[in-house]
Amino acid sequence: MAEPVRTDVVIIGAGPVGLFAVFELGLLDLKCHLIDILDRPGGQCAELYPEKPIYDIPAWPTISAQGLVDRLMEQIAPFRPGFTFNRMVAGLEKLEDGSFRVTTDEGEIFEAPVVVVAAGGGSFQPKRPPIPGIEAFEGESIFYSVRRMEEFRGHDVLIVGGGDSALDWTLNLQPLARSMTLVHRRPEFRAAPDSVNKMYALQETGGLEFQIGQVTALKGEGGRLEAAVVKGPDGDVEIAATRMLPFFGLTMKLGPIADWGLNLHENLIEVDTEKFESNVPGIFAIGDINWYPGKLKLILSGFHEAALMSQAAKRIVSPGERIVFQYTTSSTKLQKKLGVA
Amino acid sequence: MAKITYVAFDGTRFDVEAEDGSTVMENAIRNGVPGIEAECGGACACATCHVYVDEAWTDVVGEPEAMEEDMLDFAYDVRPNSRLSCQIRVSDALDGLVVTVPERQG
Ligand SMILES: Cc1cc2nc3c(=O)[nH]c(=O)nc-3n(C[C@H](O)[C@H](O)[C@H](O)COP(=O)(O)OP(=O)(O)OC[C@H]3O[C@@H](n4cnc5c(N)ncnc54)[C@H](O)[C@@H]3O)c2cc1C
Ligand code: FES
Repeated sequence: MAEPVRTDVVIIGAGPVGLFAVFELGLLDLKCHLIDILDRPGGQCAELYPEKPIYDIPAWPTISAQGLVDRLMEQIAPFRPGFTFNRMVAGLEKLEDGSFRVTTDEGEIFEAPVVVVAAGGGSFQPKRPPIPGIEAFEGESIFYSVRRMEEFRGHDVLIVGGGDSALDWTLNLQPLARSMTLVHRRPEFRAAPDSVNKMYALQETGGLEFQIGQVTALKGEGGRLEAAVVKGPDGDVEIAATRMLPFFGLTMKLGPIADWGLNLHENLIEVDTEKFESNVPGIFAIGDINWYPGKLKLILSGFHEAALMSQAAKRIVSPGERIVFQYTTSSTKLQKKLGVA
Repeated sequence: MAKITYVAFDGTRFDVEAEDGSTVMENAIRNGVPGIEAECGGACACATCHVYVDEAWTDVVGEPEAMEEDMLDFAYDVRPNSRLSCQIRVSDALDGLVVTVPERQG
């Protein structure tokens, strides 16, 4: 078993609300570790709408979603939070001493007296393209990510999509594959121009096939894919394929949170509005993942929830210690923590 | 104002009076047209408001912009007359518009 990482607060989800919680907890001297299935911080802001302007962040008449994430990262930097990316939190259990053990899908273990669920709409997971019968091939011949490149060696590989993941894996797996076909619905891509040029160059020399169209049907038995039918501009074409990688972006799924014994209200964690604590003392929920009467799924509501939650978290981590209410403008103590005094 | 007709996948027709400046997606949601999900609320970030514009109307409605084309990559059964309904703004010119809802939204 992996050596557990101990900290004051484990935060599940590094969206804007999880990030700001680091600041509020940090002012109260609590150390945080964040875990997110994405490969970078920012949650929905970074994954779904990085370039779009947000108009309702107090004192920012307009700020891009990625800009907000960058500023939050800058704001919490003095507290040096720990980050574990590309991992889904799979398990959450209470230990005998009253603290919690958080485990990831890769077996890492984190232990802390307080857990903050800031999981938004749930884990980001690859979208399954709605091709009839696709489920039967998943995990056997159809994959949504590449864990080991060797699994593709000597195969007829079919990659579907027009973004960077599709193009990158087309280029990376092409030398290993018996044949490589890229299918995209149009000749324009949402990928780095350099990758697109490389792909077209390989097509010129016969290193791969690029087919315009959309996959409409799959052929094969017992999970073993043999071919895919692609509806192209000139009708249906059948493409030999024993491995397929569809890249259709990410969607949010609640995931394992439903199994942690927390009271849910329509897939959201029920909390009180004093501490934003769940029915399990010591487990808090803030941001889009929580529910209480009057809840608004806004970033600014999540920030407020983070501030109140932190007071309650402090009482659990440092019982009996008096919490003095202070302003960042006037308290040298707080300013020292922020590295400005 | 413009009258917009939504044809659901099962063929049911919904006639809606839409205000200028609103989007074709918003009017579908307000009137409970089945099959339009609009998960992202019209930010052109989810591709679950996909519709087919009636062939007679494609010239009036126009082509999707680059950002919408990128999002359409995530939709199912995309055709030359596919649009994301949150990106179609209603005006008097669209009076009589007919759009069809696809079998599924991704
Ligand atoms: C297109 C669009 C426009 C928006 N515009 C605005 C706006 O103008 N103003 C506004 O206030 N809000 C807006 N929102 C809403 C805003 O983005 C959300 O309220 C905000 O992102 C919620 O933050 P969060 O930190 O609670 O959750 P999220 O941003 O959803 O982040 C949660 C993170 O937790 C991770 N996670 C979940 N479960 C697990 C697990 N088990 N293991 C590991 N990681 C996990 C997820 O991968 C995700 O990264 C908009 C949303 C969208 C989609
Ligand atoms: S509502 Fe999400 S793209 Fe139109």
